[in-house]
Parts: sequence; structure tokens; C-alpha cells
Amino acid sequence: MLRFRLAPDNVKFGFMRFRRVSYPFSAILSVVSVVLFLTVGLNFGIDFSGGTLFEVRAKQGQADLTALRAIGDKLGLGEVEVQAFGGGVDATLRVRLQPGGDGAQQAVVEKVRAVIVNDYEVRRVEVVGPRVSGELVQSGTLGVVLSIVAVLTYLWFRYEWPLAVAAVIATMHDLLLTVGFFATTQLEFNLTSIAAILTIVGLSLNETVVVLDRIREIMRKYKKAPMAEIIDLSINAVLSRTIMTSTTTLIALLALVFFGGHVIRSFSLAMMWGVIVAMYSSIFICSPVLIYLNPRSVDGEAEAAPPKGAKPGATAKPAV
Amino acid sequence: MFRFARWKITSIVAMSLAAFLIIMPSFLSKATFDQVKAKMPRWIPFEQVVLGLDLQGGAHILLEVDQNDVIKTLTGNLRDDARRIVREENVRSLAGGYGVQGRTVQFRIADANDRNKIMPKLRQLGTSGVSALGAVGAPPLEISTTEDGLIRMSVTDAGLADKTRRAVDQGIEVIRRRVDALGTTEPNIQRQGNDRVLVQVPGLQDTSRLKELLGTTAKLEFRLVADPGFNPADVDMLPQTDQPGALPVEKQVMVQGEDLTDSQPGFDQRTSEPVVNFKFNIRGGQRFGEVTAANVGKPFAIVLDNKVISAPRILGPITGGSGQISGRFTVEQANNLSILLRAGALPAKMNIVEERTVGPGLGQDSIEAGKLAAYVAGVLVVCYMLTTYGVFGVFANVALGIHVAMIFAALILLQATLTLPGIAGIVLTIGMAVDSNVLIYERIREESRSGRTVISALDAGFTRAFATIVDSQSTMMVAAVILYFLGSGPVRGFAVSLGLGILTTIVTAVTMTRMMIALWYRWRKPTTLPI
Repeated sequence: MLRFRLAPDNVKFGFMRFRRVSYPFSAILSVVSVVLFLTVGLNFGIDFSGGTLFEVRAKQGQADLTALRAIGDKLGLGEVEVQAFGGGVDATLRVRLQPGGDGAQQAVVEKVRAVIVNDYEVRRVEVVGPRVSGELVQSGTLGVVLSIVAVLTYLWFRYEWPLAVAAVIATMHDLLLTVGFFATTQLEFNLTSIAAILTIVGLSLNETVVVLDRIREIMRKYKKAPMAEIIDLSINAVLSRTIMTSTTTLIALLALVFFGGHVIRSFSLAMMWGVIVAMYSSIFICSPVLIYLNPRSVDGEAEAAPPKGAKPGATAKPAV
Repeated sequence: MFRFARWKITSIVAMSLAAFLIIMPSFLSKATFDQVKAKMPRWIPFEQVVLGLDLQGGAHILLEVDQNDVIKTLTGNLRDDARRIVREENVRSLAGGYGVQGRTVQFRIADANDRNKIMPKLRQLGTSGVSALGAVGAPPLEISTTEDGLIRMSVTDAGLADKTRRAVDQGIEVIRRRVDALGTTEPNIQRQGNDRVLVQVPGLQDTSRLKELLGTTAKLEFRLVADPGFNPADVDMLPQTDQPGALPVEKQVMVQGEDLTDSQPGFDQRTSEPVVNFKFNIRGGQRFGEVTAANVGKPFAIVLDNKVISAPRILGPITGGSGQISGRFTVEQANNLSILLRAGALPAKMNIVEERTVGPGLGQDSIEAGKLAAYVAGVLVVCYMLTTYGVFGVFANVALGIHVAMIFAALILLQATLTLPGIAGIVLTIGMAVDSNVLIYERIREESRSGRTVISALDAGFTRAFATIVDSQSTMMVAAVILYFLGSGPVRGFAVSLGLGILTTIVTAVTMTRMMIALWYRWRKPTTLPI
């Protein structure tokens, strides 16, 4: 039977060589992410910034974006963000939070509806008042912080400190780059984006754990081998699994991006980014940390030894 | 190692069959489902997947008790109580009037003896049920006096919170009656926190009527219009709904909306204008009769939420215990008002702080999009597994199918809500569920390459991959649990399907695949591994 494989068997690839490229590369990306987050910022959706969102479908022909944009000036609501999708028939209108508390937001709904109701079918209305959006910001932040704490606790119990540190660095790296992704693409950042971030933290940890488990296993088996070699051996061993799993997950996410509808597109795109970053960081960020931290207090040889690839007969030995 | 007890095999097969049976009803149309459901015995879990509002369309409205309104009511009651006590105790040294500022009512009693006379009574307000303030826990009222006779009574945080909580309790009942009057199916009305009520009405298209019903306090009062030359202290200038300008209305409330037993929309017999007919209870009927008898010829103001609806002249004593409200209504206004009066007044004003409405069209589109994405993802992953792992891929795919069935079965049994992000979560677990299979298979391949026999490679593969599977799944579980507790609505739906997906993965990808491989091994007795 003809088999299709993305990762050839018995790869012996010296991944650790790449840390001299991957570290500066990731460092730059991380810094850029932070800078973008601080300067450009995220494109907060109404969940976090408050305001009113309408999704409308033109009853005839295309949605008239210019006319829809003009509604803001006409009704004195400030700038109205209009985005078309679905081939130009559908559009979303986002009205910023109006001064004057919750009642003012409700007034927006009635005013805008009255203006558009003749030409458009109103398919979705979301109103988030100032207090609720403030609370959502709080619980969203709390969610991210809690997930980080949970990750740290989990790793604390699960691994010796050098492995745990490596995992934390990788997870933080993925978190930063995901935030950078949102800042760069200016995809709307809302409650489902928080869900995406937490899921990415889970996925990232998942990838890391698979690699670290194997490193630990091989490390215990070959007590003398240099660290870089052990890491390369481990990564090569789990490589086909990492590629398989990432591919199936990416397939599922691609299906969501193309067919899942616009409501969850930003979620799916962020998740795709997360899967790729998690795969990259588990190999190129997390594992090389161990070369520097040296999890089993061996002498300096681990760092000094050049990566040579695995010894062919090594894997043949039964474990215990 | 690969021996599976017969009961184990039977129970795993039974579980899978049960999962498929449980999800069957969800494939029926709503009408057929209702028909069959009626014939089913109650103990059979014959249910469909509960769809979230984002999928079936509907309104989600979060109401919050207006704290300022609660404070206004509380301080108003407090002022009235104080005034009553001062009057009852014949205190004559009241200097100036009663001032209400924020949460505080203050007045000055110059004479120390008078003060001592009323202080115990005032203190009682904070402990007894006299002023409708609860006395549980922290005192609801703080009373202080100064040397020069100023008495300050302030509503405490505890008092305010208590009153708010009760307003929500009573409000929920009123809101339920109002929403039920719309004739929608299965509205969900529940308390959220101390001061909020969540109203979810599936399938509702026009939310403006719902919001009108929810946003009105509907406090109805019958009060006399003041005679010319009135004392401004006893009169409120109230705006009118049917004409501009304010009307002087006496502060004393003659009859209240809570004495109504029924109200129905109707038409005036002479003018055929829409009106609301109402009936009083015995107390209200008597009082209404007395007041109308004593005030024939005077205008009687019908006040709703501090606005005068109309002020008809009393033509004669109305003793039948029923009456009519006219006010140049449209038919819809008359309908709404009768619903509001029947349901009773909200104990406090409630504001809409969050609203999410999805039309049925968009919901249906989302379901279709979610289905399509799930099918595409499923087919692609199945093909990919087949081409990569051959017969072992078949096992993984069977396990995957059962995995998805089990997620849905669990959703149905728990009556958890499936939302659009929830569908995304399931699609995502389709991609991730095979992870466990992949971990095992790759491990088996590796062990087999290192020279193990088939059976020992299979065994080692399962044993060694298991720890990693539990590890990697528990990291995802952490994310799902946190999301469940922090998220609401759609996001919570995502957490639920992700969490269920993780749990069923362990069952399907590990136990079930292992069983299939064990059976296959016994049947084929392979000497080489087909992966």
C-alpha cells in the first residue's frame, strides 16, 4: 500500500544548530510584538470597548458602504466603522460607545435601526454598555493571567526546573507572538479572541510537553551523551508526530476559516497562527534552552560538543 | 496485555451505540421530533441538541437594577417614615423641612427632649421591617445626631445591596410574566450576580417590543389633580404623555397599581379608541369608590412611571371595582400597557446594560457554515489518516467518528448549549483527537523499527504514549476549565465542547483504538506491522 508521509522516517536533522538563527529571530519578533501592542494596540471589538454593532444584509443589490458610513454624521454618533463581507451584500456597522451611560447605547439602536430598516435586513445587534465592557476586560485579563498561573503550577509539579523554565519560555513566546499577530493584522479582538489565546496556550504547552517528555526519557537513558545531541535525537523522534498532529489541526482550522462563516473567522485565523507558532517554538525555542540550562548537572561538555546527529544503534536498546 | 475482557468489549460497544442512539433525535426536524417525543416514555433521553441563541436566533438581554432609583425609593421611604414618626410623636420643634441628598435624609429637631423622644423610633427603622429595609447582617441604616439638633439618616451599603437583591428577586417574577405575555417559547430568565437579570428569548425577531416591556417600571398610580392655589410642597409637576406641558398632581397616591387584579386591552364603546380595561381587588375597589365619590367633577390623574397618561374628569362614583384607562393609545400601546399592568410593576427601574440579538436567518447560516466546516474537516482528516496509517488509520477514523458522536451525546445528556464557537471547538477537536492516535502509532512505529516484535511494539507504543497523552490533554483541559468559568454564552459553549472533546478523546483514542487493534491482532496474527 502506498503511504503518504510528510516527515520521512529516520530523519536525523541537527535542529540545535538553528538556535543561532531562531533565537535572534524570535527575540526580534517578540520585541516587535510588544512594541506593536504598545504603540498600535489591538483592535478591540465591542466586547471590550463597548458600543453597538449591527450586522445588516442589503435587501436589494449591494450594501452601500458610503451611505452606511454617513449614518454616523447624520445621527451625530461619531465615526461609524463599516465593513463589507459576503460578496458585498452584508456589512457590519460599529458605533463607538456613546457618552451618557447605558441608556445612550440603547438610543443608538433605535436611531440606527430607523434609518436602515427600509433598505437592510438587520441580522444581528450587539450592545455592550460601559460597565459590562469594563467587566469583560477584567475577566478577560483574569483569564489570561489565570491560565499563565495554571501553566506555571502544572509545570512546577511536572518537571525539574530547567525543563519547566524551557516550557515557560516557549509558552510566553507563543503568547507574545499571538498578541503580536492580533496587533499586526488588526483582526477584531473580542471574547472569542481570548478563547483563542487560552486555547493556544494549551496547544503550545501540549507541543512542548510532548517534546520535553521525550527529552527527559532519552536523557535518562543516555546519561553520558551531550545535551544538544539528546535534544536533536528527541526532536527527530517526535518530529513525525508533531508534523502529523499540526497538519490535522491545521486542516480542521482551514476548514473553519474557509467554510465556518465570518463570525468565527478571526478566531480560526488566530488559532492557525497559534498552531504554527507552537510547533515552531517547541522545536526551536523550548528545547535549545536546555543546552544552556543543562537539566542534569553534567559538566561543560554538553555545551561544547558539536551536534553530530544520533548514533544509529542507540535507539535499538530497550528502555528499562 | 492485549486481552480484553468480554464485558469490557461489550460495554465499550454499548457505550458507542448509546452515543449514536442519543444523537439520533437531533437529526429529526422540529415538527417530527415533537411528534415522536410525545409518544416516548419520559425516562428515555429523547432530546435534541440545545442550540445557543447565536445559532437559533433570539435575544439576550442583560438588565441591571438602577442603583440611583433604588436609593431614591429608599430615601423617599425614609423621609416619609421620619415625617410620620415626627407627626405621631407630636414633635413641634422641627426646624425647616426634610432634606434628601444622595443616600442621606436629614432634618433638624431643635429641642433635645423632642429628639430623645423620636430617636428610639428612628433607630427601629433600621432594625424592624417598618421601612422595608432588611435587618440581616450589617445594619441597613446609619443614624447620627449633632449637638445643634441635626439628625442624619443614611442608607448603608448593606442596606442598598439588600434592597437591590430583593428588587431582583421580585423583578424576575414580574419580568417572567411580561415575557410570557409575548407568547414565545421557553424564555430563560435568571439572576446574574447581585443586581442583574439575564433574559434570553429564543427565536424572537422584534426586540424593540421586548425591550419596551422590560425597560418600563410600570408603576401605576391614581392621584388627584391639584386644585388651583395649591401648596407647592404637596404637589408634583408631572409631564403628560399625550400633550406637552406639566400637570400639577397631588403627592398623595389614592390607589396603586398593585391593587389591580386584571387588565385587558379593549376599545372605548363611544369613541372606539383603544383603551385598557382594569379590575381592582376588594381593597382597591373600595378605595377607588370612596375617592371617586368624594371628588366628583374633579380630574383624576392616571400616572404611569411619573408621567400622566390622562386625567379624565370623575363623572360620578365608580364603585364597581373596575375602570378604564384611555390616553390616545395605539392598539399596540394599549396591548403593552395591559401586559405591564397585569404583570405588575418592577420594584425598581432596570436598565439594559447588554444586548445581543441574532436574527434567525443569521443563526441558520451559522449552523450551515459550521456543519460544512465540520464535514470538510472530517473528510480531510479521515483521508489523511487513511493514507498515512492504512488499516490503523481505519481504527483511528472509527474512533474519531465515535468521539464526535460522544461529544454530541454528552452535550445532549447534560443539556449543554451548542454555540457557534462550540462548533468551532468540536471541529478543532476533530483535528486534535487524532493527536492521541498519532502519538501511539508513531511510538509503535518507532518501537517496531528498533527491532521489537509486533506484539511488543504495540504494547510499548500504547504504554509509553499514554503518559504523554494524559499530559498533553490535561494542558488543554486547563484552558477549557478556565474558559468555562470566565466566559459567558458563546465562549462558554466553546469551553464545554472543548472539554468534552478532551474527555472523550481519552476514551476513544486510547481504550477504543486499543481494543480494535487487539481484536485485529487476534484475528490476523500479523508478523509485520502495517504502519
